[in-house]
Amino acid sequence: MIRLLDVRKGFNLGKPNAFVAVSGITLTLEANRVTVLKGPSGSGKTTLLSLVGCMARPTSGRITLTGRFPGFNGSAGEPDLREIEVTSLPERFLTKVRQRTFGFVFQQFNLIGGLTVLENIMLPAIPLGERHDVTRERALALLDLFGLGGRADARVEWLSGGEAQRSAIARALINDPPVVIADEPTAHLDSKLSLEFMDIIALLKDRGKTAIIASHDPLVSEAGMVDRVVAMRDGLIDGEPA
Amino acid sequence: MTRWIESQRNILDYTLSSLLRRKGKNASLLFVYTLVVFILASAMFFLQGMKREAALLLRETPEIVVQGMLQGRYDPIPDTHLEKIRSIRGVLSAETRLWGYYYDPVAGANYTLLVPRDRTITGDAIVIGNGLSRVRQVFPGDILSFRGRDGTNRPFVVEGTFPAESELVSADLILVSAEGFRSLFGLPPSRATDIVVTVRNPREVRTVARKIAEMLPEARPILRDEIARTYDSVFDWRGGIVLVLLSMSLLAFAILAWDKASGLSAEERREIGILKAIGWETSDVIAAKVYEGWFVSFFAFTLGLLIAYWHVFFTSAALFAPALKGWSVLYPDFRITPFVDPYQVAVLFFLTVVPYTAATVVPSWRAAIVDPDAVMRT
Ligand SMILES: Nc1ncnc2c1ncn2[C@@H]1O[C@H](COP(=O)(O)OP(=O)(O)O)[C@@H](O)[C@H]1O
Ligand SMILES: [Mg+2]
Repeated sequence: MIRLLDVRKGFNLGKPNAFVAVSGITLTLEANRVTVLKGPSGSGKTTLLSLVGCMARPTSGRITLTGRFPGFNGSAGEPDLREIEVTSLPERFLTKVRQRTFGFVFQQFNLIGGLTVLENIMLPAIPLGERHDVTRERALALLDLFGLGGRADARVEWLSGGEAQRSAIARALINDPPVVIADEPTAHLDSKLSLEFMDIIALLKDRGKTAIIASHDPLVSEAGMVDRVVAMRDGLIDGEPA
Repeated sequence: MTRWIESQRNILDYTLSSLLRRKGKNASLLFVYTLVVFILASAMFFLQGMKREAALLLRETPEIVVQGMLQGRYDPIPDTHLEKIRSIRGVLSAETRLWGYYYDPVAGANYTLLVPRDRTITGDAIVIGNGLSRVRQVFPGDILSFRGRDGTNRPFVVEGTFPAESELVSADLILVSAEGFRSLFGLPPSRATDIVVTVRNPREVRTVARKIAEMLPEARPILRDEIARTYDSVFDWRGGIVLVLLSMSLLAFAILAWDKASGLSAEERREIGILKAIGWETSDVIAAKVYEGWFVSFFAFTLGLLIAYWHVFFTSAALFAPALKGWSVLYPDFRITPFVDPYQVAVLFFLTVVPYTAATVVPSWRAAIVDPDAVMRT
């Protein structure tokens, strides 16, 4: 579960080009649900995703995560379920939480050219200090799951749009994060591939994952497995007063 | 801890695959880097080697050599001087020497002919240096003729070749008998090339030399120290050329490092942004770049050093020889005794690997401190 309490995010504050992209959002995102943030371009969706995903810190407000965070209770073995406030965490811990909690799918896929599909998928696991062959096993299993088994050693430049997209999702899942965050995932996809993407989201939901998707594509917000649509406008949840 | 080691191993793996990925760029980088190390290390090995050869040579040089003088120039010395010198207080011994140069038009080379004092050679026997044996293709048992002062050819029988610890000393050396020497050069029996003097107390060398000069106005004593100084100045002069070479290489290297420092390619920046976005810490990205720099550095450094070693000690610094040696034609084949000064290698290391690594880290650090969400906004 992710809780946001009166979260604000401003850019270039104190300068002439100051801009408040998120201006006070309170929101609770339940585990194992698919939530879509919808709204026009510039409404603050991407900014909100980056705050939720611990990529950036809010200017004010609190964000708390409930989950099992390895390395936070000091004992070995499966950590207890606990709630932590990420807004006050030091940078290093924030990254650790992010590595274990979130998988990111970007609009441009952002695969790294020159590397193979398999190498790209294993990238997020590199700093975790897990044995290479263990990561590799998991990566191959993910590739099989997404029908990319035969493409493991292909360079990412050679992939079709659909293959690149599925590779990007596989990469987001390599560290087995409970939450998948996707920013405009269908922006570069045709309708068929967009529906395919939503099918994968349904599959992830079946496996217990939480999904948070920012999109102004109706194909996404109107898909069947979506539990909740949060409409945004001017950095606020639509309909709520500033 | 093991996790940390494992993560560094993974980052290192990633670094190596990144290096292979940018083959073209890294190959040219490696080439320039290796070349710079090669030039610097060659110069270093060469100078060091030559200094050692000279030191070996000097060790053999007597403390005082007395030459005869005529009209202010060198002249064979009368052996009557021998007794006078021996009578000076503090002189341990005085001996005459017979040695000279012979220009061989066939080989186009100057040989050093020497009557050895620690070895008896009789009649027309000679012992020749390796360099000479190689150039003239004469071996023990063969006959070698030299044109004497009277115009006649005088045959010598090669008795053996000359093995020595330093080829610089022996390459063009010919050992002859006293009779052979005198008849070839037409030197009368009462004269010698010079007189070598040993002194009981090294601190009295200058006093003894002064006494010799006073007693024998037509003779000139030469001290080993003076010879050493001449050598040093020659090496300093050659060292000057090398210094120019060195600074040029370092300049090229600085430009290379600066080029590397002044910016990463857009593609590299994008890659760093992606890594940050998918959960790499700033320190992970920097670690990857440091490993990359180290790897290129160590590879180029080792390779450059090895090639330089081979170049200087096995090809006799073939690339430098024309500029730096310019001695007898026999020398291009002479080999410097391999010798590496660890201190100089360390200096070279700190002049190349360290600044290069630093140069790669700075721009990477600047790129790596981007916010992880930067990728989402492009
Ligand atoms: N780093 C930034 N610096 C300045 N302004 C920014 C920055 N990031 C986003 N913004 C601004 O914040 C607003 C919201 O952007 P964004 O969150 O990307 O909206 P959306 O994803 O809904 O299109 C935009 O007007 C954008 O220009
Ligand atoms: Mg956006």
